[in-house]
Amino acid sequence: MNSPSAFPASTSILPLEFYRVSFEAGGKRLIKDLSCIFAAGPSTVILGPNGAGKSLLLRLCHGLLKPSAGQIIWHGAEGRDPSVHQAMVFQRPVMLRRSVAANVDYALALRGVPRRQRRDLVAESLKETGLARLARHPARVLSFGEQQRLALARAWALMPQVLFLDEPTANLDPAATHTVEHVIAAIHAAGTQVIMTTHDLAQARRLADEILFLHRGRLLEKGPADAFFAGPRNDLARAFLRGELLWRRPRDGNSDQETQNA
Amino acid sequence: MTDFGSALGAALSLVVRLDPDLAEIVLLSLRVSVGAVLLATLIGMPLGAAVALFRFPGRTVIVVMLNALMGLPPVVVGLIVYLLLSRAGPLGVFGLLFTPAAMIIAQVVLVTPIIAALTRQVVEDLWTEYEEQLRSLGAGPGRALTALLWDGRFTLMTAVLAGFGRASAEVGAVMIVGGNIDHVTRVMTTAIALEVSKGDLALALGLGIILIVLSTGVNGAAFALKEAAQRRHAG
Repeated sequence: MNSPSAFPASTSILPLEFYRVSFEAGGKRLIKDLSCIFAAGPSTVILGPNGAGKSLLLRLCHGLLKPSAGQIIWHGAEGRDPSVHQAMVFQRPVMLRRSVAANVDYALALRGVPRRQRRDLVAESLKETGLARLARHPARVLSFGEQQRLALARAWALMPQVLFLDEPTANLDPAATHTVEHVIAAIHAAGTQVIMTTHDLAQARRLADEILFLHRGRLLEKGPADAFFAGPRNDLARAFLRGELLWRRPRDGNSDQETQNA
Repeated sequence: MTDFGSALGAALSLVVRLDPDLAEIVLLSLRVSVGAVLLATLIGMPLGAAVALFRFPGRTVIVVMLNALMGLPPVVVGLIVYLLLSRAGPLGVFGLLFTPAAMIIAQVVLVTPIIAALTRQVVEDLWTEYEEQLRSLGAGPGRALTALLWDGRFTLMTAVLAGFGRASAEVGAVMIVGGNIDHVTRVMTTAIALEVSKGDLALALGLGIILIVLSTGVNGAAFALKEAAQRRHAG
């Protein structure tokens, strides 16, 4: 594996290969015969309408769900446990009923980081996410945006090779979205492979190097973000993009359009 | 009414001058109930949390059983513990019948299902919220269980309180396995029952007052503590 890694100490667990993966629940096939490779390097955005299976795909990657058929292989793991090199941030931040600092500390403790090192790592990750002054506050009284930043801080402190983000800004206002995207970009710049889902096209444009377009459990298109946005090969992907364009076009006598852009 | 009035007066005077007989009974009651609740917590909480967390065959049966056992009739529990501890019973060799230890055992049997069933509910709700995050962070079942118990600690206090309420108020089980022996196994509830049948309403009423004050006080203190903590941690 010649995949570039930002972690000189340990080689990357990537690439991650999906080989003919299907996932069924309640008698329905929700992910259908999906094959692809996530390589190290580009930040990957999984795009698609609601119900496309984006969150399922992310949970399969992270190992929270087991495929009904097919194989999911971390080619770089080479006998190591890939799960300790990953972290995930969920759409709804899960806050332990503890202080902000204790939320990060707990994640580090679970990974077996010694107490002495934990203090510095907690302080550093809270500083990077702008939460340092809230360190002693109970996590559950934070605003939603601050909670999502804490979820990112918690993931960041673990210094994962791969970070999964499931619609991390779906419930946030534009200002909080901006802050969260800033943190995500910083995490990516620090060498962590970012794989995230979104149905927000503008966000995908801002953050993606590579796009996976998913529709009804099928992978319809995968390629560089520039090429995808310039003109997707797939009809449905084109329709998805067109929907966005129509949405944005100001129409005479219809003032509702603007408010929907948020 | 005058009867009640004079009994109440006598009762208050017993309480105010800390009558030694009364004090002895109160202390033994606390020893038995607090001891039983502590033991039941040690058994019931991990049990309830484990049932909430793990999926195994027969789990539903255990959940239904725990809920059903919350309403165990104390007299029947007393009878069963009596049979187990009596000379001819399987645990007869320990000679525990008619001792405070026997009363603690009976109350542990009564209280454990309450604490376990309520713990299961609390932990299961919390687990629904935490599961993916804890699994993502790599918490094994043991770590997850302690995290859930810790984060649910304020709600779980209610479970312990419910157990304490049950233990301190019941009379049937301690009467049968303790025997209500003066200076040995006489507790508040059994003493009240006895004094009423003897016609000594003053002592009975005095004990009744203390019992109510104690349980109200314990619940009040716990409620205040929980409120304060929840404000800090936002539930």
